[in-house]
Amino acid sequence: MSMRTGRTTRAGQYLALTGYLVFLAFPFVWLISTAFKPARELGSLHPTWIPEHPTLDNFRQAFDEQPLLQAAGNSLLAAVSAGVICVLIATPMAYVMARHRGRLSAAATGWVVISQAFPFVLLIIPLFLILKNLHLINSLAGLIMVYVVWSLPFALWMLVGYVRAVPAELEEAASVDGAGRLRTLVSVTAPLLAPGIVATALFAFITAWNEFFFALVLLKTPEKQTLPVVLTHFIGAEGAADLGPLAAAAFLATLPSLLLFAFIQRRITGGMLAGAVKS
Amino acid sequence: MTLATPAATERTGGRWSGGRWSGGRRPGQRRKDDGRGGERAARDRATWFLVLPALIPILVLSVGPLLYGIGLAFTDAQSGRTRSTQWIGALNFQDLLHDTLFWDSFRIGLLWAVGVTVPQFLLALGLALLLNENLRMRWLARALAIIPWAMPEVVVGIMWRLVYNPDAGILNETIRDLGLGDGRDWLTGFGTALPAVIVVGIWAGMPQSTVALLAGLQNTPHELHEAAALDGAGAWRRFRTVTWPALKPVALSITALNFIWNFNSFALVYVLTSGGPGGRTRLPMLFAYEEAFRYGQFGYAAAMGCVMVAVISVILAVYLAGRLRGGDDR
Repeated sequence: MSMRTGRTTRAGQYLALTGYLVFLAFPFVWLISTAFKPARELGSLHPTWIPEHPTLDNFRQAFDEQPLLQAAGNSLLAAVSAGVICVLIATPMAYVMARHRGRLSAAATGWVVISQAFPFVLLIIPLFLILKNLHLINSLAGLIMVYVVWSLPFALWMLVGYVRAVPAELEEAASVDGAGRLRTLVSVTAPLLAPGIVATALFAFITAWNEFFFALVLLKTPEKQTLPVVLTHFIGAEGAADLGPLAAAAFLATLPSLLLFAFIQRRITGGMLAGAVKS
Repeated sequence: MTLATPAATERTGGRWSGGRWSGGRRPGQRRKDDGRGGERAARDRATWFLVLPALIPILVLSVGPLLYGIGLAFTDAQSGRTRSTQWIGALNFQDLLHDTLFWDSFRIGLLWAVGVTVPQFLLALGLALLLNENLRMRWLARALAIIPWAMPEVVVGIMWRLVYNPDAGILNETIRDLGLGDGRDWLTGFGTALPAVIVVGIWAGMPQSTVALLAGLQNTPHELHEAAALDGAGAWRRFRTVTWPALKPVALSITALNFIWNFNSFALVYVLTSGGPGGRTRLPMLFAYEEAFRYGQFGYAAAMGCVMVAVISVILAVYLAGRLRGGDDR
């Protein structure tokens, strides 16, 4: 579309793009800057963009103030389990949904759409009561169960797209060769699906790693809480906070999902788009 | 698509499963697959084997609790009470009707959802159009536009608290530098709190919208643009006659979904203001959360959830109707 774009138009476009870049980047730059500033600079009445004497003190202090390592461990356990279990149970169902357009698939697709609209408060109260009866409050196992089901709709959405991308003829060829249904699935379809399955698992991981609401309600003691919940402890009751350690901890909590997201970004956007554009 | 009516099912004794007839005969069909029923049954078993691992958790931890939650809305369920829970009919809903605090939060929720969704869509559309051009910093903008998507909402909230901080925040410092005054305490001011959190909401949700719109743009046929340009159509005309019609289905989808997500959002505002000052940013989800887990009013909070679902269902229905009509147009 670059043809006959006038010089003034171009200039305007670059100006607009710069505006977007500033808007998108400045909070993030500010977070990083604050994380590396020594206490003296943070207390200054005229804050600067770039720390004059960058320091790691805030990181050390953050680890001293809150059980960050333990929280990161809890988050990691919850997110890995949720990612793995989610794709283990979602892949077979997504396969059926993609290959058999029957009533079950229609119902499942309908549920995927509707579940996007749940206000979670309607879900969390009964879940809280159910998990309480099972003695799974303040337990990561209970949280993982919730995360698995919570990531399922989008996982199914993505996986159905990946399955549809595998030509059904390949499977038919295998079954003509005498392979059984499950055999075909495992030896022909699964390897082709592998990249999509990995992307979906990572997406479920990120979702669980970032999740806050369910963790806030279901986890009571600091030893059990996940990173996002522990982060909010840095903000005092009156909203007062030690800005440096707060920024340092927040920055660290973002890194894993940011790195993974960069890695699978194309696949996620592709999966999301399949839904947004077609469906 | 032909549907099995109950009458047809009775007549032949067959049943639908997985979109196929199993057992029985299709009306008017000769019994010709005799002896293959065993294979069909094995196929059905295999299907169930594949579906159940996901279906059971969905039913137990999602559909079940949702129905349970709707049921709770008609009871006086409370936390930490020894007396058993009573069925109280629509009493919770009657109370809700007169609960001005709830309707205040509902109004704030709608303001917030519209205030975030509409500007977010317009900004995302602009960014998507720019990213679709052959510009030099495009890769950087794309990378940056993704960041908010990957961040935990709690971190987004914390990050913006640092920006909005009255003394050490960059926003007030910039205002001071530009000589526009001393700046203010954005998140605790009665008039500024809601606009301030709305800006954060817009920032946080832009990536998804931008990516979806960009993909929509890239799906529009290039030739149409060129033809329109050759016909002498200006940029605005080309947008209106070529780009927008192709983009409309995507735009409709993401706007409806974003509205629903925003209306239901929790973490961002919880971290930024906890609903303050004086309830000026208390979204319905925050209100229901407090009602349920601070005051232990499970039944009442569930009723709030039901009202939220009802409103969202109406919006979803309007959106689906619009989308179906849009499908007929093309």
